[in-house]
Amino acid sequence: MTQSGFMYVPSSGRAFVAQMRRDLTIAFKSRGELMNPLMFYVIGISMFPLGVGPGPQRLAEIAPGVLWVLALLSTLLSLDTLFRRDFDDGTLEQLVLNVDPLFVGVLAKVFAHWLVTGLPLTLLSPIAALMLFLPASAVPTLMLTLLLGTPILSLLGAVGAALTVGLKRGGLLLTLIILPLYVPVLILGAGAVMATIDGVDPTAQIAWLGAILALMLTLTPFAAALALRVGLE
Amino acid sequence: MNRLKTLWHRLGSPRWFFEISAPWAIGATILGLIGIVVGLAWGLAIAPPDYLQGNSFRIMYLHVPAAILSQSCFILMGLAGAVLLIWRMKLADMVVAAAAPIGVVFCVLALVTGAIWGKPTWGTWWVWDARTTSMLVLLFLYFGVMALRQAVPREETAGRAAAILAVVGMVDIPIIKYSVDWWLTLHQPSTFKLTAAPSMPPEMYLPLLISVLGFYAFFAGVLLFGVGNEILGRERRTQWVGELVRSRQS
Repeated sequence: MTQSGFMYVPSSGRAFVAQMRRDLTIAFKSRGELMNPLMFYVIGISMFPLGVGPGPQRLAEIAPGVLWVLALLSTLLSLDTLFRRDFDDGTLEQLVLNVDPLFVGVLAKVFAHWLVTGLPLTLLSPIAALMLFLPASAVPTLMLTLLLGTPILSLLGAVGAALTVGLKRGGLLLTLIILPLYVPVLILGAGAVMATIDGVDPTAQIAWLGAILALMLTLTPFAAALALRVGLE
Repeated sequence: MNRLKTLWHRLGSPRWFFEISAPWAIGATILGLIGIVVGLAWGLAIAPPDYLQGNSFRIMYLHVPAAILSQSCFILMGLAGAVLLIWRMKLADMVVAAAAPIGVVFCVLALVTGAIWGKPTWGTWWVWDARTTSMLVLLFLYFGVMALRQAVPREETAGRAAAILAVVGMVDIPIIKYSVDWWLTLHQPSTFKLTAAPSMPPEMYLPLLISVLGFYAFFAGVLLFGVGNEILGRERRTQWVGELVRSRQS
């Protein structure tokens, strides 16, 4: 593409940084919303002792699964904000029209989304683990798997968010179509934590998570970009 | 090569496909029904009982084909979705639309027969083992594709959205299967392998093979009927459909 006098075409790298900065600025302007997924995570986890009883042993047994399922759900609930606000005020259309290639813009948005949801959730997880009496030896594994796993959740979720962005009540549908795709992350993440508790080396599961992250990083931005184009037609 | 190209271009015309596919649909369905009846009759009545499971293993002649078909159907859906997204071929969208409900039926059939088989063999209706679980996830993926299609108001947009989800699902299926294999498993390993001779005697696996092939042919026939219905529904305002309807009525 040639650069004409009045049209400035930024490079992909600059477009990425600009988009990410914009999304982060908006995210930090609405702090209340920023906290919501995290509060959901903690409140959701505190429901389990109330539901199954406060016995430390039983809670420790279900802790890896509960910590991971709640991570799945709170990511899913936060995904609605990924494209929705931009869609409502028309910015999304500008993104689709102006950012070329579009997947760079999508990747920037997903990365910004992960920085304000997945990353804080990972940092918060030791406290959540404490609430469920997860053995301290398993906490590093939990954090590492969350660090590798939550970007996968954001990336896959972006496809679902893009597919449902134009729909009036897309929230529940988004959960319906994306949750089955989260199965591998849940199994591997919770499996790694459980293996650590049992004294088994969790490297295999962690390596798998890394491999899936690499795969999703290369595939889902294209799928989400295509879905945005379809949704805005 | 040239003929292939012509065929490819002709696939762009739903009318042409509707006219050419009608006899194939009938033929494949009949062939499939014959295969299913022969395979099931042979498997249920004639094949020898299993030395371990007795007669209960015979449900395999229904269970295994249904399970195979439900997976093949999703792969077909994903491929058709990719064709739609790359070449924007209307027919591919109709294949996705027609395949999803058929896949759901096979999926449910596999899960139900699996439960019925599981009761005498494992002593329980449901087991969270690798293959039942991945079958359940597959069912959820089918539901997602169908729900998304129904939720999007514009037909063309709905088709492409469903196609994207089908392609993503197809890519994710092997990962789901591998990850689910982590918690091994009460399920017996698969009988058919392309690389090795089957571990069953021929009088047991031949009817299974016939049954599987019959299911495939039946699926092809039902799918063609479904695509035909989709074509008629979407082209209902065109002249040729009007003429067709009038000629059938008189």
